[in-house]
Amino acid sequence: MDALKQHKGLVYPLNRANVDTDQIIPKQFLKRISRQGFGQYLFYNWRYDDKDHPRPDFSLNHPKYENASILVGGENFGCGSSREHAPWALEDFGFKIIIAPSFADIFFNNCTKNGILPVVLKEAETQQLIKNAEADQYHLTVDLETKKVYDNVGFEASFEIADYPRQMLLNGWDEISVTLTYEDNITAFEKNHIVY
Amino acid sequence: MTKPKTIIEKIWDKNVVFEEAGKPALLYIDLHLVHEVTSPQAFEGLRLKGRKVRQPKRTFATMDHNVPTTHTNVIKDEISKLQMDTLKQNCDEFGVPLAGMGHKHQGIVHVIGPELGLTQPGKTIVCGDSHTSTHGAFGALAFGIGTSEVEHVLATQTIWQAKPKTLNVKIEGKLGLGVTAKDLVLALIAKYGVNFGTGYVIEYTGEAVRNLSMEGRMTICNMSIEAGARAGLVSPDQTTIDFLAGREHTPDGELFEQAKRDWLALATDHGASYDRTVTLNASEVEPQVTWGTNPSQCLPVNGIIPHPDQAQDDNERNEIKHALEYMGLEPNIPITSVPIEHVFIGSCTNSRLQDLEQAASVIKGRKVNQGVNAIVVPGSQTVKQKAEEKGLDKLFIEAGFEWREPGCSMCLAMNGDIVPPGERCASTSNRNFEGRQGTDARTHLVSPEMATAAAIAGHFVDVRTFEL
Repeated sequence: MDALKQHKGLVYPLNRANVDTDQIIPKQFLKRISRQGFGQYLFYNWRYDDKDHPRPDFSLNHPKYENASILVGGENFGCGSSREHAPWALEDFGFKIIIAPSFADIFFNNCTKNGILPVVLKEAETQQLIKNAEADQYHLTVDLETKKVYDNVGFEASFEIADYPRQMLLNGWDEISVTLTYEDNITAFEKNHIVY
Repeated sequence: MTKPKTIIEKIWDKNVVFEEAGKPALLYIDLHLVHEVTSPQAFEGLRLKGRKVRQPKRTFATMDHNVPTTHTNVIKDEISKLQMDTLKQNCDEFGVPLAGMGHKHQGIVHVIGPELGLTQPGKTIVCGDSHTSTHGAFGALAFGIGTSEVEHVLATQTIWQAKPKTLNVKIEGKLGLGVTAKDLVLALIAKYGVNFGTGYVIEYTGEAVRNLSMEGRMTICNMSIEAGARAGLVSPDQTTIDFLAGREHTPDGELFEQAKRDWLALATDHGASYDRTVTLNASEVEPQVTWGTNPSQCLPVNGIIPHPDQAQDDNERNEIKHALEYMGLEPNIPITSVPIEHVFIGSCTNSRLQDLEQAASVIKGRKVNQGVNAIVVPGSQTVKQKAEEKGLDKLFIEAGFEWREPGCSMCLAMNGDIVPPGERCASTSNRNFEGRQGTDARTHLVSPEMATAAAIAGHFVDVRTFEL
């Protein structure tokens, strides 16, 4: 996974609460056995009608948001299914940062394992960002080292993130390689652990 | 005297391999369940790095999401077939036990774990599936993970976890006749919302939970994730022990006696404290029907579909408006006036023998309404066989239901069992999300009894007054 220290990009606003992973990547695309190529199916049922034509009323189809890499959403973002295909699709589509007032636990984890930074901001702050991005093309900078989100016209907010996922993202570490340095601990544990 | 502990803390303490202040702990995983959809990329990751599965014997795989429920031997969908073939090859290559297509134990991963006695109190259990919370019914700490974590557990048999906060969901009182575990959990989510459990592990306590069968407890724990909680569990008691006795993977003889003592000792100590407690009175719960596009958008069966103007704020107003639009519903009408075209009885929430018995008990010689397609999909080959021994298949078929082969089926419609665009389904599954059962399909979550009643009536109906 690539390291992520700071990212500047175009903001796409998705002003909905409880965006579930079934919306992010519908089940008909979960049959593939590779990690790549899911971006084309991102938000498929919102982006396309049942004849696979783009829905003009869905904002992500608007040219204004082409090349957006920061998504700002509503509360409980990524709820529902644990499918990691959701962050794979977001990442493949070009999103590096997801900002929301709250995230579902599994989705949050899955993002950090794929080089996507989930940022929790206050509802008033996300609403401000959504308003800005709906009005015009709007760029933000997200800095994981200083844990700040800012634009060049005066918006600035701080966010909290646990140190563990932060270090993983900052360094782009392979988690399994890290864990395997604890192999002796695991082996010792297994010797005394009772499972029926 | 030691500080009283919750079962959540007891399992946690027992399974921590390594911990350091300020960091997540390395938690040992006792059982890793695997299915075809969320595992291929994980096995591929192992292969690319030349890694092995650390504990194939603590790993168990089945096929459920993609399996056809009509003709088991014919998989028309080439991409589905490739995904299932890939699981078979991966299990062969890495030495993982597999109950695949045609195996006598094949079934929904969350049905067969308990059925085979793989699921036991005190175990930490993970699976690349959010409904892994189901196994919590046995007093296991069980939660869903993503594919990167699947790969991590395959390679190391561990997972990095921050110690969860604890949430006591206390359900006192007695359930009324015709009211089920499904109605309890739907009413709970309707009351507290779809994310009150985020960041917590739930323990379900109280008289109503104690009185539930293991099947009922599984239904409740299954939908913990619909409240945002990755895991939900019930302290083991005699009901748990009775269910586990004599199963294929439970110990027997003296070892069972020892296991039993250890399991019962896991129950939350008297006086243990939780980070948060919420309550529900079971005696006030009525049969539930969801009307919207998340499980908290739910009504008692005699309720009226809400109007956006009833919302507390703009967000909620938009959500109601959007949900009504998607669901093709008018506000301010009784939910019982809404006609349906499909009924699905199945899924990891409600496809066990007891669910099917309860669904069948409502038939009473009546027929599925004309214009309703109703299918029953048992949770596993074992459930199917036992149901057939009891003649349930005949009851369903005579009433006009289709009796299918086991799998996830129409819960997420990956296998071709789809609700067509714009059509409406009364479903015993767990998610009424947009497009869940098919593009533009409209899902209403109900209990098995309510699903049968709706199939017969052709619209939602209060099963308590349907015993005519």
